Amino acid sequence: MSAIVIVGAGPAGIRAAQTLVAHGLRPCLLDEAARGGGQIYRRQPENFRRSPVTLYGFEARKAVAVHQTLDRLREQLDYRPDTLVWNAEDGALDTLQQGRAGRLAYARVIVATGATDRVLPVPGWTLPGVYSLGAAQIALKYQGCAIGQRVVFAGSGPLLYLVAYQYAKAGAKVVAVLDSAPFSAQCRALPGLLKQPLTLAKGLYYRSWLMAHGIPVHQDAHLQQIDGEQRVQSLCWRQGTSLHALDCDALALAHGLRSETQLADLLGCHFSWNPLNRAWLPDRDTAGRSSVAGVYLAGDGAGIMGADAAEMAGERAALALLEDLGRAVDPQRTAFLEARLQRIDTFRQGLEQAFPFPERWAPDAPDTLMLCRCEEVSVGEVRAVVREGHWEINRVKAHCRVGMGRCQGRICGAAAAEIIASESGLGLDGIGRLRAQAPIKPLPFGVEVAP
Amino acid sequence: MIEVDVVILGGGIVGASAALALSRQGRRVALLERDFCGSHSSGVNYGGVRRQGRPLSQLPLSQRAHGIWARLPELIGIDGEYQRSGHLKLARSLDDLAALHAYADSSQGFGLDLQMLDREQLQRRFPWVGKIAEGASFCPDDGHANPRLVSPAFARAARLLGATVLEQSEVSEVEHDGRRFILRTQTGLEVRAPWLLNCAGAWAGNLAARFGETVPMHAGHPAMLVTEPLPRVMDASTGVEGGGIYARQVTRGNCVLGGGQGFALDHARARPGQAAVLEILRQAVELYPFLEGAQAIRTWSGTEGYLPDRQPVIGPSRTQPGLLHAFGFAGAGFQIAPAVGEVLAELVCQGQSSTPIEAFSITRFQSTPAV
Ligand SMILES: Cc1cc2nc3c(=O)[nH]c(=O)nc-3n(C[C@H](O)[C@H](O)[C@H](O)COP(=O)(O)OP(=O)(O)OC[C@H]3O[C@@H](n4cnc5c(N)ncnc54)[C@H](O)[C@@H]3O)c2cc1C
Repeated sequence: MSAIVIVGAGPAGIRAAQTLVAHGLRPCLLDEAARGGGQIYRRQPENFRRSPVTLYGFEARKAVAVHQTLDRLREQLDYRPDTLVWNAEDGALDTLQQGRAGRLAYARVIVATGATDRVLPVPGWTLPGVYSLGAAQIALKYQGCAIGQRVVFAGSGPLLYLVAYQYAKAGAKVVAVLDSAPFSAQCRALPGLLKQPLTLAKGLYYRSWLMAHGIPVHQDAHLQQIDGEQRVQSLCWRQGTSLHALDCDALALAHGLRSETQLADLLGCHFSWNPLNRAWLPDRDTAGRSSVAGVYLAGDGAGIMGADAAEMAGERAALALLEDLGRAVDPQRTAFLEARLQRIDTFRQGLEQAFPFPERWAPDAPDTLMLCRCEEVSVGEVRAVVREGHWEINRVKAHCRVGMGRCQGRICGAAAAEIIASESGLGLDGIGRLRAQAPIKPLPFGVEVAP
Repeated sequence: MIEVDVVILGGGIVGASAALALSRQGRRVALLERDFCGSHSSGVNYGGVRRQGRPLSQLPLSQRAHGIWARLPELIGIDGEYQRSGHLKLARSLDDLAALHAYADSSQGFGLDLQMLDREQLQRRFPWVGKIAEGASFCPDDGHANPRLVSPAFARAARLLGATVLEQSEVSEVEHDGRRFILRTQTGLEVRAPWLLNCAGAWAGNLAARFGETVPMHAGHPAMLVTEPLPRVMDASTGVEGGGIYARQVTRGNCVLGGGQGFALDHARARPGQAAVLEILRQAVELYPFLEGAQAIRTWSGTEGYLPDRQPVIGPSRTQPGLLHAFGFAGAGFQIAPAVGEVLAELVCQGQSSTPIEAFSITRFQSTPAV
């Protein structure tokens, strides 16, 4: 029998599972991680004993609630951790679980695949000691280790201050926070941000806490160059026209998040350009229905809205699925969820104003900068292909291998799009969309095939 | 409106090499491509530049192409990662080995210089081949190249010699007014020429049918995958007698493997399919044990035209003077395309081909009832 499947056991996936169980279904919940919770509420290994407050700070209550929900549901779910979905085809998901390939037929599927960091490369970013913000946070949350002893945080977005704060709280030496967004942008964004006063307050709290503890927080500060022999030793940043240097042994950087949309793509979902995310995103209605019947989208994997929205979107998508099955659902609840999601969306617009994308990144990137680290393709090589007359991103990829390597463009794709758009003058929405190809993540030779 | 001597429909390697050959002879050419030049079969194929294993009727053409591949940089401005690594055809049984022997005998005189290797010779010379192989036949001057680079470069070279290359220009209407062809594109362009070359790959059947020549062509979708870069091990491109998988390693270290069939997403896009992918992963470790535990990072497929006898159609239309066909290369057109382009140019400029192409005439399907 075909299952109701949820891919991704983060806040969206877990709330979706809970909702389906509450309506008498027994969904299958898949996640490539060993323990549920997703990236934001990632759990430490079983034998680690740090308290939720140590791990999740202000979010401890929410994290525990999400974890407990999953724990309580375990008997009522077909829960499959350690399971990567690497392909979707013909009404089934192709999985990889502990070296074994399997297939799981689905009747309906909720895609809650989350997000990863949006990384804008700078010279030296491939040196050991340079991490994405998300990776730095995972090292801390999961393993209880820091990425270095003297750490700089750079980029922009709410995660920048949160991770810096978490590191400082955990006892790491935070050398500085370099936010590329100017202070003025944050003032302008205030009206929008006031829609979620609590979230705003937390953001302000992290920043003032850092400042109160003597950690330099610089705004309109642009990372220029990372230097070091074997690993990061120093970096250089710019504010206006003045250059500054800093010594450090580790750096975490990102400019916000990007949605993990490959599965939606392989499932055949229609994508549209989303200016707010600066990305192509799978279409969905306010309830989370995609363009493909039986495929639902929830959480950051369908557009960056954060963990609270993910919980609600997961529930809403599950209710949509139930409605489509002809089950009765509480109309007040669906209306409430949609209204709340709408409010968060407005807040999200404010966030984008507060942490605007550094528009100068692409035109200012030097030709020698390594753009695609898997295939070792420089910015200059991509520009040269564009100057030859190629402007469609998949064609540029075919000509110079950008985005063709191990990560399949998950790391460099956004940056490559910025470079192509800037060099061609066509605009980000005019250069096509990098198509996803299976496997979503690498697949080993010698994999056993389940009978 | 564009008036030229020759209009070519399809910017794959076949159409583009014809455009290049004609431009070199001073003809005014327009090359019309629905998507981007070399974005279909020609740009996504396995990259095998192989004569070994072809039907004998293809060998004169293939041999001619072999000479053109040697001059690639001079012709298209890049080496296209072309290397004469040799092509190793493995036998998994003694029967298969006997079949390879028979092919080596019958292809004598075509210049392939095949070397037969028994089990021991094979292990000594190519120690990375799995013990499952009973022997092999080796063609030292065959090799492989990067189709993503080579095929678009033919179109670029033609353009540099003056050809009008129009991408994103799908031809939607074709007529002949008694003197010349009139083509119209979706984008509203009109092109006129006394010669029309049908190089539309898997889609060429439409144009042939438009002139009353229905061919029993179907689309196939070979499955492909590539590994992350690995230490250099494979010093030859490989295939297997009787079908199965094929593999090569590029200078960067990635191994490219193919085998089995995928499926169409729509008329122009295809995917390799999970069954074919898993089968490649399984067979590969038997044939190339060093791949055990390596990671496949990407898979893909393409849309290729196949006729029932797995031979292409090359040559003049029997119904419409001025119309030349070159399509249906059955998963093996990359290597011979440069010679096909030259042959098409000869047919236009000299009225005949200096390489035998009778076996590929469209007239062999005459018995097919017209629809
Ligand atoms: C996965 C795969 C692996 C292969 N491996 C090998 C190999 O190792 N060695 C080898 O020798 N061969 C191989 N082949 C076969 C080889 O790639 C093809 O035979 C060859 O590229 C055919 O070239 P073409 O120009 O005829 O076709 P294509 O490259 O398909 O070009 C036809 C073009 O016509 C265009 N077109 C169609 N209709 C219209 C229209 N109405 N208006 C405008 N344009 C139109 C299409 O967009 C297309 O670009 C492989 C093929 C595939 C798919």
